Amino acid sequence: MVEVSDAKIRQLEEKARLLRRHILKMTHQVQSGHPGGSMSACDIVTALYFHVLRVDPENPMWPDRDRFVISKGHACPVLYAALAERGFFPVSELMTFRRINSRLQGHPEYGTTPGVENAAGAEGQGLSFSVGLGLAARLDRKAWRVYCLLGDGEQDVGQTWEAALAGAKYHLDNLTAIIDRNGIQQEGRTEEIMPLEPLADKWRAFGWNVLTINGHDMRQIIEEIDEAHAHKGQPSVIIAKTTKGKGVSFMENVVRYHGAATSDEELQRALAELDEEVP
Amino acid sequence: MTTKSAIPWKMESQRSYFAKALIELGERDADVVVVGGDTTESVKTLEFGKKFPDRLFNVGISEQNMVSIAAGLAAAGKIAFASTYAVFGIAHTYNVIRQNIAYTKLPVKLFCSHTGISVGPDGATHQLNEDIGLMRGLPNMTVLVPADGPQTAKCVHAAAAWKGPVYCRFSRANFPTVTSLEDPFTIGPTYAMRDGSDVTLAACGVMVSRCLQAADELDGMGVSARVLNVPTVKPMDTAMILKAARETGALVTAEEHTVVHGLGSAIAAAITKDYPVPVEIVGIEDVFGESGEAFELMDKYGLTAANVVEAARRAMKRRGRKVGH
Repeated sequence: MVEVSDAKIRQLEEKARLLRRHILKMTHQVQSGHPGGSMSACDIVTALYFHVLRVDPENPMWPDRDRFVISKGHACPVLYAALAERGFFPVSELMTFRRINSRLQGHPEYGTTPGVENAAGAEGQGLSFSVGLGLAARLDRKAWRVYCLLGDGEQDVGQTWEAALAGAKYHLDNLTAIIDRNGIQQEGRTEEIMPLEPLADKWRAFGWNVLTINGHDMRQIIEEIDEAHAHKGQPSVIIAKTTKGKGVSFMENVVRYHGAATSDEELQRALAELDEEVP
Repeated sequence: MTTKSAIPWKMESQRSYFAKALIELGERDADVVVVGGDTTESVKTLEFGKKFPDRLFNVGISEQNMVSIAAGLAAAGKIAFASTYAVFGIAHTYNVIRQNIAYTKLPVKLFCSHTGISVGPDGATHQLNEDIGLMRGLPNMTVLVPADGPQTAKCVHAAAAWKGPVYCRFSRANFPTVTSLEDPFTIGPTYAMRDGSDVTLAACGVMVSRCLQAADELDGMGVSARVLNVPTVKPMDTAMILKAARETGALVTAEEHTVVHGLGSAIAAAITKDYPVPVEIVGIEDVFGESGEAFELMDKYGLTAANVVEAARRAMKRRGRKVGH
């Protein structure tokens, strides 16, 4: 494991705040989209795109790139923000999100947006797609890896567990699933809508290597992704405990911000909170 | 092109031709992979798996998973086939096909057996009569309905080389072989099986053989029937259909599929737009099937040569009232 400096961690945390500001502005300009689940996944996506993933913005279809599959498609603002800041397309394009004639669809479209690896929106399909990618990499004896970001709402979907069975059957140790465990889905708390706990036990019983982390601790995210890499013979799932709307005090843990944009006044307050933290 | 059909035909399994073609493909190209769903022996992809054990993925009774895994394999450059019974592979998975394959344009080849009412004794739960409509309604999807075994083999090779998503339907029952491996085949064209000037019988799948039989019977009544084999239901070869409409003035379509949204609807839409002539649609009415032997069911649900003959007579009668040239 390569030691990551404190300076690097601080740099990533700063990047995550930048992405959060993008998420808020993107959803605000069109008054739609899903800020809450984008912000809960923001630190994970930042760690992946600015530290972990081997990708090339100049050559988005580079065959040996790592694949990031976003299964919780509604959180695409965080993906678009990361791709833009990583240089896959201009940052200015973010403000076309959800607008007509834009490459940045309300849910990810494959083949249109540079760097987007899958179509998502209907929940629960991304992990199976990731299994297919992982099988292909193994057949070709390639070293590229597959990362799949899942929502906890997606743990309701039967296909997620079909994919879990298949990942274990094929011992796909080139696949890491990351669950954004923010505890809230569209209509309320996950444990009220459809109880999931004990979630880690479920994944363990399905034959996965399970790691549980604080999904907002940048150092822990990076170290545990490394840990998943090192684990052989099983796919890994990282259950990342997160806070919906993380980073803006009045949005945190509020169900409404799953699918509601901020008002003008709220946006200013939110940006101020995020800007204040920038050194 | 023959003027008389070569009855009796050999009765052959489309699945066997499918299996053999897959193996040929697998030998030629190491990127060919197959995903199955606990029906690999039945749809005969197991034969591919015996030859190439690391390239057949049997994911059990998880067809949504099967479809998405095939899409992932295709996204990483594999020539991915997914194959099971149509009711599971197509009906159970519709939104997964829609999002992972049609929307993405990933070149997954969905080859499903056990389509139509000829599935037989398993009954209505296993008889998918709606798949052509489901798949042709999806943007970017190509829909193939081979007439018989040899054409199924041709579809395997053509689909492998095709750049986009493909759905190919075939049958559980052994059906008449009316084409040969020597016949030309590409995705797109409609093929004339028999020339005729009074009426056109346009069919796909097993109904091509029924139409050839019907043409013989019509011949005995002094009616010259043209028979068209439409293996590519989408994108449709409308030029060939319109030519037949102009030259014969009346059309019958025939398919082992609901009349609600299959081949007949597609042809009727094309005809209505550009050259309206009477069209009679032979197929399964808007009902579920039941248990029975394949050929008993085809008789009971209106899929015989006699049904085609009757439809031809109706269409020709209506031609008297047809809107002009």
